Formats: sequence, C-alpha cells, structure tokens
Amino acid sequence: MGQEIMERIREANEAVITGIEDADVKHWVTIYIMGKAYKVPADITLMQAIEYAGYRFVRGAGCRAGFCGACATVYRVAGDWRLKAALACQTRVEDGMYLVQIPFAPAEKPTYRIEEEEPSGTTLLKYFPELARCVACNTCTKACPQELEVMDYIQAALRGDLEAVTELSFDCIQCGLCSIRCPAEIVHYHAAQLARRLYGKTLPVPKHVEERVRKISEGKYEEEFQRIMSLGREEIEELYKKEQREKGGLK
Amino acid sequence: MTRIPYFPGCALKDQAAGFERAARAALEKLGWELAELPRWNCCGTVYSLSSDDLMRHVAPVRNFIRVQELGEEKLVALCAMCYNTLRRSSLFVAEDPERLRRINAFMDEEPDYEGGVEVLHLLQLLRDEIGYEEIEAKVERPLYGLRVAPYYGCMLLRPREVGIDDPDRPEVMELLFEYLGAEAVDSPHKVECCGAYQTVSNPWIARERVREIVGAAARRGADLIVTSCPLCTYNLEQHQLPNTREEKGARNGIPVIYFTQLLAFALGVQDEELGFEGAAIDPRPVLAQRVGG
Repeated sequence: MGQEIMERIREANEAVITGIEDADVKHWVTIYIMGKAYKVPADITLMQAIEYAGYRFVRGAGCRAGFCGACATVYRVAGDWRLKAALACQTRVEDGMYLVQIPFAPAEKPTYRIEEEEPSGTTLLKYFPELARCVACNTCTKACPQELEVMDYIQAALRGDLEAVTELSFDCIQCGLCSIRCPAEIVHYHAAQLARRLYGKTLPVPKHVEERVRKISEGKYEEEFQRIMSLGREEIEELYKKEQREKGGLK
Repeated sequence: MTRIPYFPGCALKDQAAGFERAARAALEKLGWELAELPRWNCCGTVYSLSSDDLMRHVAPVRNFIRVQELGEEKLVALCAMCYNTLRRSSLFVAEDPERLRRINAFMDEEPDYEGGVEVLHLLQLLRDEIGYEEIEAKVERPLYGLRVAPYYGCMLLRPREVGIDDPDRPEVMELLFEYLGAEAVDSPHKVECCGAYQTVSNPWIARERVREIVGAAARRGADLIVTSCPLCTYNLEQHQLPNTREEKGARNGIPVIYFTQLLAFALGVQDEELGFEGAAIDPRPVLAQRVGG
C-alpha cells in the first residue's frame, strides 16, 4: 500500500517537476484557490498546485523547503468545519480543498535595544502587554504549521519563564498564523523572539565564540578578507565551487 | 511526604517568587509536597461576572483537565486571586452541565472535563488537613512578642460560597499566627479591598485604601502585615512607600509579607528560602528584634 502511494506521488509530481504532458497524469483533484476551482494533478504540493494553476509567486514563496515560513496558507476541506493551516510547500493537495495564502501578518513589532533590557517577564509585558489578554483558548496552537505548543509558550511568557519560552518556541518560523487567529491579538512570534533574545543574554558566551571574536579583533583574518575582496566575479565563483567540492557539496 | 497538586499562578513565578519558595520549604517541614501541576496555564485572572461568558472559563477548566489527567481530585492554590477564580469557575461549571458541555466542545483537542476537581487554598489545607496543633508541634522559632496584622482583602472571603472563612469575622490567619506564637492584631479594615487593579488607572483610589488599611494596623501596633495575594502586597507596599523614610538603614514602614513566609520563618526554614529579599520594606530587622535569628 505504502509503495503504491509513493509511486502515485512520484507519477503525479513528474507532470509539474519534469514537464510531462497533462495526458500522462493519471489522478486529478479539484481545489479552490481564493474561491476559484482548478483541476490539478493529485498529490502535488499546494505550492506546486498554485503554480500549476497559473499563478506566479511574487511573495508567499521562499525556501520551498519548509524552513522560511513565507508560504503560510489557510484552508478548509469540504465536509470539515475546521479551519486548517499549513505551509504550501510542505502540504499536498486534497480533493475539495479551499485555500488562500497569507504570506504576511500585519503584526506590531516593537523595537528595543536588547543590551539595555532586563531578562525578565516584566520586559516581555512592557513590549507585549497584550500577552496578559490570553484566555488559554489554544487557537494559536491549532493554527501552528510547525505543531508547536504555542499557547504553552505564551503562558510561560506570562510567568516570566524565558527558558521555557525559548525551548517551546525554538522551531518557530515566524509565519504569523498564530497571531492572525488569536482572539486576544497577541503577537506570539515577536514576543517569543524577544524572549529568546533575553534568555540568550543570560547564557554564558560559548568558549569557541569568544575565541573566534578575539581572533577577528586581533586581525587574524584581515589578510584573507582583503584577498577575497580584491577578486573578480569569476575568481570568486571558482573559489566557491572549489570549497563546495572540498566539503562534498558539488561534484 | 504527602503530595498534593499545586497551582502556582503567574505572579508566584515572577514578582512573588518568595511566596512560593517559602511555601515549599514550610510544607516540606510539615511532611507535605506541593506538586506543581504539569502544563498549567493562567487561572483566568479576573472572574467574569456575566453568566454566558463561557470563554473566560476555558483557562480554569483547562487546568482542571490537567488535574483530572493526574487522576487527582484536589488542587491547592496559594495566590488568593487564583484561588478565587479557580474555585468560582469550578462551581460555575458544576452548577449547569450545559455550560460545561459547551466548554468541552470548544476544547475539542482536550479530553472532556468531567467535573469534580476541588480547589483549595493553602490556608484551608493548613487548617483542615494538616491541623494547627500539628503545625505548632513543628515550630522551631516561636514568634513570641511579634504583633502580626492579617490582611485578607476580598479574594479569600467573598463571595460567601467560595470564602474559606466567615467573610465578616475571619479567623483562619489569626489562629495560624497564634499557634506560631505570635499575637494577631485585629483591624476593622482587614477584610476590605486594597484597591486592586485601580492601582493602574486610578492609583489615588488604591492609595486612599492603603492609607486606611496600613494606618489602622499601625495604630494597633502591628510589626508586620501578612497577606496571601501578590496584588494586595503590591498595593500595600507601593502606596505605603511614599509615607516611609530611611531610618538607621531600614525603611520605617510596616513590612508586608506572605503568610507562607511567616510560617516558614517560625518552622525554622533557612533564611535563603524565606524570600524576604523581594519585600519593598525589609521585614528582617523587626523579626530579628522581636524574635531573634
């Protein structure tokens, strides 16, 4: 069974990825992008499907590898009342899917000088007072495409537990879906970033970082920098390729 | 060690850390362990008075589900505000199964709360389950000569159905302090409001309240005021400070401490576990003077 599905996925993807003719696609589904119906090959990703339907990404696509958070998408599947959230590049189409991308969350982002801020819950509440409006509804957690325990880290923020916020929010890719869904209008991902920065202040600087900073300030790499800065484009490209080959990245 | 599920609340992990630290140390002396509820969230803070505002009960009920998951039935709180909100919410959903059904339906990611969690305040645990005589037997530093004014505020006593004692003439703290050897100082303002959150938008209201409350305790010769609420403590300290001055290296106001700190002190808990460094007016000079180290 598993192998059969994988084979279907491979087949379906060929149409998009290698430009195989539509005639060769065996399985089709209908999805609705911003309300308009499109027939697309089954089992391709939402991102591939959006492109297949004829849209060109100007925003809303980034790394295409589930890491950057640019392709946040909300959708419903026919027959299910739940509003779901996903990254377009990491989720496969389903028949009857209604979707729209939300590539940006208009969220307030305060500015601060991190070196002047006290690592405490009070600092978090100073910049993000709406944290205290959390009613523990858990909607943020349900909206998270990374499957983080978002509400738990907001609760940890309220009690000033910067370490727990850091641990629980570490895999956040800042897509902003939590904040779009929050009835208390909390800006979860910016608050978590401040918490991680504050927590970072409390940690000792690792020895290897200290060592490297010392070497840089002593000018150990100055000559090498100067040499690279003086190279032309082709020489830099050659240097890059050589290094990638040495690392095993390029053949 | 007897373990009991324990709900700390946000303030006890931050501004009122000494309240919790002293409680843990004192309870350990009495053979009890406060077992912090896993994945607890905010109690809900201010209890909603509108009967159909079910959303405000999601936070407390979620905490009850955490208790249920442990297979436990009791939950003890230290903060008077958390106690009040949790206790009232537990009654709110017990009163009407339809309310609970709707809250459970909303929290479809959680197992249903089946009801039955009993919310207690630590003062009740000390009075009803541990017992004053048991506590008295473990006192290592009797508080002879210390005059202590209990301050109840609102949340421990009102409304009557969640009050841990008679709302007009409570004695749960007085009795505890007397069993510790101290003298309880009575005051007509001990059950009145501290000004609560008015301290943010109308600070003069809180200032006026605190002037009466602290003034009454001072006139009756209190060495300390004892509370069970971080917000009461904040108001009683901050609105008292402008009327105090440094004298021989110490503030001359009346120190405000938590009942767990007084209990821990009397039970001989080490100084670093008492959390007195968080107090705006240091209680250590008066404790040393009246009771000794």
